[in-house]
Amino acid sequence: MEAVIRRAKELLEKGEVKAVLGYAQGTGGVRRPHFAKRPDQVDKLVLDATCAQNLAVYATKHEVKKLGKVAIVALPGTQRALIQLMAERQIRDGEVAILAVDGAELKELDSAQGLEEHLALKTQALDAKDKAKLAELEAMSTEARWAYWQEELSRCMKCYACRNSCPMCYCEHCTMDCNRPQWVPVASHALGNLEYHMVRTMHLAGRCLECGDCGRACPVGIPVHLLTFSAEETIHELFGQRAGRKAKLDYALSTFKTDDKESFIR
Amino acid sequence: MAEQFEPKITAFVCNWCTYAGADLTGTSRIKYQSNVRVLRVPCTGRIDYMMVLKALHKGADGIIVSGCHPNDCHYTSGNYHARRRWMVFKKMMEVMGVDMRRITFSWVSAAEGARWAQLVNEVTDQVRALGPYTAFRQVVGAGVE
Repeated sequence: MEAVIRRAKELLEKGEVKAVLGYAQGTGGVRRPHFAKRPDQVDKLVLDATCAQNLAVYATKHEVKKLGKVAIVALPGTQRALIQLMAERQIRDGEVAILAVDGAELKELDSAQGLEEHLALKTQALDAKDKAKLAELEAMSTEARWAYWQEELSRCMKCYACRNSCPMCYCEHCTMDCNRPQWVPVASHALGNLEYHMVRTMHLAGRCLECGDCGRACPVGIPVHLLTFSAEETIHELFGQRAGRKAKLDYALSTFKTDDKESFIR
Repeated sequence: MAEQFEPKITAFVCNWCTYAGADLTGTSRIKYQSNVRVLRVPCTGRIDYMMVLKALHKGADGIIVSGCHPNDCHYTSGNYHARRRWMVFKKMMEVMGVDMRRITFSWVSAAEGARWAQLVNEVTDQVRALGPYTAFRQVVGAGVE
């Protein structure tokens, strides 16, 4: 943590970056994002095990882009998000300075290539709890799974926290806000909730970084991250590619192979 | 006497293969069950999964999605793109607990008139046996809590 603060201060003092984005102490013991724009604001930065939010979500915002070059304190999920944003041409190579934090280790990465090499050293695996839950869901009958999700989604109030917390949900005009035609009912009733989560899952298939921020953002504790995790795992199984690894990646659903294997089309 | 349940089947078919195939079924005077409502789209690549969800929302008990065989797409690659989409979509629907026995994906070419009749008959019989899709109907009718 001291290393991060020291480096952040240096970067700001030398004027290499316009702001450093990290975590600070929020209310009620939670960590909140913190933009340090002057060297004296750096001291507020906190870095510990309770910091979890994916800060890459801010990298695509106009307000942040307008600042100029920003350094981001990047946990593994944020690192994957940043490289995926580069693959999707949402941020340019070198547009952000990455203070990559893995446990106690701090590495400063400035280029997409450096980030790619850094990520290649890491293995990405689902949390054991999430993995167990997905396996449990898979073992259920179709009716039981339907009942499970209906029960969970009945609490959803379509606050869109899962969408807004996701670094990959950067569309300025989201399908959910589209009312001509109105694909998904706006009201938070059973159908609207179900369709919203189906659409969210489909739109993130092949792009989910498995950081789990959507699930953490949910104010009513719906495990929405399991849906996108499952879609991401499906893409990996079927097409052998993962998001958040390479700075150049073709979106799985806009490419194809003539020998894609399926067993259900008659 | 209780009336037999007649399912509503929505079929999304591509203009160039399955629609022409279904036309051939008619001109060949092959009879098939009349439960199917055929919706013609330019290409299977055009069939957004939202259209499938909308069909379920509007009361379909079963759905057929059909287009050109791989390599036969009028637009070269529309069906390959569609195939990938359906592979992911099917898995997502299974995870959500949607009964995938009600959604049938198929390739039917313009020369396969008899095959189209057979497909529709098979799907209609299967969905008739499954009964109305009450689980989805309940969700649609639930309203705002």
